[in-house]
Amino acid sequence: MTEIKPDRDVGFPEVGAGPDSATISPGNPAAEVVADLPDGIDLVHEHGLELKSRSQWAYARRRFFRHRLAMVSLFVLIIILLAGAFANFITPYSFAAQDFANSGKAPTLTGHHFFGTDVLGRDYFSRVIYGIRTSEKVALIVTLVSTLVGTIIGAVAGYYSGWVDNILMRFTDLILTLPGLAVLLTAAAFLGTGNPIRVAFILALLFWTGLARIVRGSFLSLREKEYVEAAKAAGSGDLRIMFRHMLPNAVGPIVVNATLIVGIAILTEAALSFLGFGIQPPNPSLGKLINDGQDVSSSMWWLVTFPGLTIVLIVLCINFIGDGLRDALDPTQRRTRA
Amino acid sequence: MVTYIIRRLLYSIPVLFAASVLIFVSVTAVGNPLAALKQNPLFSTQTIHNIQQRKHLNDSLPMQYAYWIKDAVTNKFGTPLLQPGTKIWDDLKRVIPHTLQLVLISEIFALIVGVAIGVYSAIRQYSIFDYAATTFSFLGFAMPVFWLALMLQILFTNIFIKWHVRIFYTSGLSSQNPGGGIHFWIDRLQHLAIPAMTLTLLSIAQYGRFMRASMLEVINSDYVRTARAKGLPERTVTLKHALRNALIPVVTVSALNFGALIGGAVITESIFQLDGMGPYFLGALLSQDAYVVMAWLMVTATAVVAFNLIADVLYGYIDPRIRFD
Repeated sequence: MTEIKPDRDVGFPEVGAGPDSATISPGNPAAEVVADLPDGIDLVHEHGLELKSRSQWAYARRRFFRHRLAMVSLFVLIIILLAGAFANFITPYSFAAQDFANSGKAPTLTGHHFFGTDVLGRDYFSRVIYGIRTSEKVALIVTLVSTLVGTIIGAVAGYYSGWVDNILMRFTDLILTLPGLAVLLTAAAFLGTGNPIRVAFILALLFWTGLARIVRGSFLSLREKEYVEAAKAAGSGDLRIMFRHMLPNAVGPIVVNATLIVGIAILTEAALSFLGFGIQPPNPSLGKLINDGQDVSSSMWWLVTFPGLTIVLIVLCINFIGDGLRDALDPTQRRTRA
Repeated sequence: MVTYIIRRLLYSIPVLFAASVLIFVSVTAVGNPLAALKQNPLFSTQTIHNIQQRKHLNDSLPMQYAYWIKDAVTNKFGTPLLQPGTKIWDDLKRVIPHTLQLVLISEIFALIVGVAIGVYSAIRQYSIFDYAATTFSFLGFAMPVFWLALMLQILFTNIFIKWHVRIFYTSGLSSQNPGGGIHFWIDRLQHLAIPAMTLTLLSIAQYGRFMRASMLEVINSDYVRTARAKGLPERTVTLKHALRNALIPVVTVSALNFGALIGGAVITESIFQLDGMGPYFLGALLSQDAYVVMAWLMVTATAVVAFNLIADVLYGYIDPRIRFD
């Protein structure tokens, strides 16, 4: 299990940034260690031979910012997310505005119908942007709730181990023996669906399991560490040890997993809405947009193509960012480029 | 080995029991199975009363559960909520083979293509092919299955409309008069090809990544170097020495995946209107037939547990380093 050292647990000093300083060996005993300097101060060029020590987080940040694919994806994703968040300002038409004079138009620049219009003359570009907003809302709630639940259950199982661990993990295994989509569909059918918040909570019901296993794994190994023993000896309570001392050391995998959950949540929400068990009209949703286009798909291919491409683009960006984060947060890696 | 299998079989009984409780609680106890019927003006109070009698819905929840389990074990899940004349098992018996055919075809195809891609990207690491394969797998992971299904359907429908070439059918399981024997199966394959392509893509991406990782690990190991050193041709080294060991984790993953796909083909089957488990399940959900839903979930849970077991046994069988005692 990957393990991230806490801020003050200063790692090896590394030669300051810049290719011309590469001749100094990292382990140079003559070098002076200067703790956590703000970024942008280049000691090598100001003082000659001094070394700059970086915390694990600074290393991670540097590695992430130098992961080219992740940075490009982050940039694209931020644009898409902003577009969704400010949908009512940037869309040329409202979500439901009908214009029968312009129905069934293929993608065109005239009238800003970038993604074409449907049978009722509704502008699909605007509809897709509004759909992004719903996906954002769902993904945000799912990620927050499932990360919170998964972390707490995993932490409790890993910290206490024994029968608590056994019960919690057998329950997790049990959920994993049922096909995920089928469980979600059942929950949606019998608990009712419609608005994004309810759909998000149904998704979160299932998505915490993977993270719970990961956090449990980290906690099982962390609980044997000396600093946990020290904290116990100093009289810290279980909760304090778990969430103040151990959790910061398990945060790497949690962040990576949360990123991936965002992608899976968007894909699953789209699938549920496509099947009619997710978000219902009048709430906009990318999956429902694809479903609307399905009946006329052979003649109006754009109704299916563009909402789908939007999903692919969003999830692709998220997965690349997750990949970059995984590389960046892996403390066994010292290289800054991936 | 035999004792291990027996022990695992015994262990899966409590797992399935717990799964049945979970399914029952989440379907029957949380959502009242009669809620939808009571709002439907087509059903008289007498009909609802009969259903209550037939399914023992006035009893306490544990008793309901006991009746359900008894029905499931002795009577193969019994009858659905609404049509007392039909049997759940008859429907399941019809749809399960269709799903199995689809899953089997796509898994075999995915294994062949995925393994080939993975091996080739591993022996040509950081080549253009390798990067292309990586890009492809990222695309595969980011693509909604239902969208891919629709896009393929649009593509092949338009090919047919434009050029009147019928390579593959885009919906249904068989033509109206498929003929018999070999003709029937060719026709069936033509119908299953596009759905299988859809299901395959994600699996290919998965197996490709997996195979690449495990092949890279094996290729850099000592015995492969030894094989090269004693002068074996590169082909023999990769295909006979390295591939065999690199296949071990992929075989296990594919067995797990097979179980998961039986319940995971729901969307693909319903888009292509294959009369498989997916559309049957969705139909039951739409009519809120709790008993069909529970039976379906039990069948898929059993399949998952069974294939987990197969994966474990296979793992021990093909990897002599693993011994179960």
